[in-house]
Amino acid sequence: MSFPLDSLSAVSAANPWSYGVFGLVGFAFGLTLEMAGFGDSRKLAAQFYFRELTVFKVMFTAIAVAMVLLFGAVGLGVIDFSHVWVNPTYLDSGLLGGLIMGVGFIIGGFCPTTSLASASTGRIDGMMFMAGGFVGAFIFGETEQLFDNWYNNAGYLGRLTLDQVFGTSAPMVVVVIVLVALALLWGAEQIEHAVAGKDLHREPGVRKFGAVALALAAVAVALIGSPSLESRYRSAQFKRSEPALSAGNAKPLTGAASAPAPVAQSTVPVAKPQTVTRTLSADEMLLARHVFVSPAEAFKTRFQQSLRPIYLDVRTEADYNLYHIAGALHVPLQQLQGKVGAFLLEPAANTVFITISNDEKTAIEAWKLLVASRVPNVYILEGGVNQWIATFGAEDPLLRPLANVGDDELRYAFQSALGERYKSCAPSPMENEKLRFEPRIVLQLKRDKGGGGCG
Amino acid sequence: MNPLRSLFNRPEKAYLHPYLAGAILGVVLFLAFLFTGNGLGSSGATSRLDAALVDLVAPAHVDKTPYLLKMAGGDKNPLDDWIVPVFFGALLGGFVSGLWNGRLKLVTNKGPRLSDRQRWAMAFVGGMIFLYGARLARGCTSGQALSGGATLAAGSWLIMLAIFASAYLLAYFVRKLWN
Repeated sequence: MSFPLDSLSAVSAANPWSYGVFGLVGFAFGLTLEMAGFGDSRKLAAQFYFRELTVFKVMFTAIAVAMVLLFGAVGLGVIDFSHVWVNPTYLDSGLLGGLIMGVGFIIGGFCPTTSLASASTGRIDGMMFMAGGFVGAFIFGETEQLFDNWYNNAGYLGRLTLDQVFGTSAPMVVVVIVLVALALLWGAEQIEHAVAGKDLHREPGVRKFGAVALALAAVAVALIGSPSLESRYRSAQFKRSEPALSAGNAKPLTGAASAPAPVAQSTVPVAKPQTVTRTLSADEMLLARHVFVSPAEAFKTRFQQSLRPIYLDVRTEADYNLYHIAGALHVPLQQLQGKVGAFLLEPAANTVFITISNDEKTAIEAWKLLVASRVPNVYILEGGVNQWIATFGAEDPLLRPLANVGDDELRYAFQSALGERYKSCAPSPMENEKLRFEPRIVLQLKRDKGGGGCG
Repeated sequence: MNPLRSLFNRPEKAYLHPYLAGAILGVVLFLAFLFTGNGLGSSGATSRLDAALVDLVAPAHVDKTPYLLKMAGGDKNPLDDWIVPVFFGALLGGFVSGLWNGRLKLVTNKGPRLSDRQRWAMAFVGGMIFLYGARLARGCTSGQALSGGATLAAGSWLIMLAIFASAYLLAYFVRKLWN
């Protein structure tokens, strides 16, 4: 079983019990907040006058504990982190929104969820905060159109995590945050002692063991590390919807008008072509050649408004200088790993990567690495540069075919290293308007695009 | 004694120790990630309940408002989102804890200088401001600071710092509300 559970990625009327699961999550959340004392606005506001730092203590303990458990489970391969919702970063609206929230916090004495715990236990101020919240959220909905573009684009950096920002690994960040959090919690106790005269000797001594346990757990997370690329490659899954095949002959049902009505899936309207969703492993995708795009498709994609192709040339610099497809990005296979972070940040959801080598061998290696790193929408140029030249540059007198070359080497001799200035590097869209190909690219939308978050 | 009466007059118990409460909250957050891939949240539900109301009263207005369109446009049901059951679950969870620990009381918590009415007004205004900011930042202290913080989301840490920075900076100027 792989976590998080696919069936719980969203609530839907199709599986009504998902409402129950999320209701239970909320129940535990509200229960804990109330038991922590967050239903009392005075306790929350005291935080900002240094009299009582309960809010800070609860929040940082919770973040540290959840973080250690989460990244421990990710490291052990229990949780696939690419299926965990990570709030996308919008620097501008995030910063301004945060500053505004702080104002609401100190004036209202609550944050939204604590106001729920407060209102549900009979606090009238909590109910008033909730009521004000409905008005505030309504006003936001009405005014958002005035700055829609800024809201959706300013400072947008996509799914960005702190380990990417600091160029290190997630477990290392977990260790640093846990150690800093423990130091800050110690500092918070000293502040409470200094400002409110709290007697620290009356605090339970077991909290020190808790602190040590948390620090050790963080170190364990660092020792477990991140899952290896091989294990991530093996766990990669591709969902494909394919036309349903009727039992007897391998023909799509839509064409078989005279055939008797299919027994299964009779609830699907007749007008819709019937499809089944299959889950394939990465190796199955390679074997079935679902991820190989023909030179014709790779070329046509450039002129398709709905797609944004990135031609990723993973060959040696010498080969790249001799000949490459116009606009291709040169990243030798050895350096590809370092570029993954940037590819994951690639903002547009319709970005398609096409890996290119002379034949296919190196391009397949590159594809495997990107798939293991969970870069979405990666394809391989079928037959590589050699087949590209065979398709678009067969008549070019400057390109002389060679015999007896090894696998994944250039099968042409070049008069000079013209890079992308051979005519066939950028074929004419007019001359090639009627190219035929079997389309293989199927956009897989990132989960970010509506799978979760406070949206 | 009447059993119902005794249920509502339970002796008031002390709050949990902050670190214990934090650890439990951390485990709850982790379990949410483990099973659903989502963290915790609540402010999104406020927007969605608003959108559902607007969709009920003036469906044509939804089609003219881009923010509402995303949630309630066409045949979309704005309540079809994980955060809505979490919202109602949290309300129920708070209620049950209050009931169990003898904290169910119709009272107003406020600073010593405020009248009840002043406190209500401030809570209302504060809620308005907070939720406006929460929607702007795409999540509140739960959805961004807590859940985003635990997943190491860069933007969430920025938001967390911004919330605390502005609350601390403003605290001195509104000290009469709380002291």
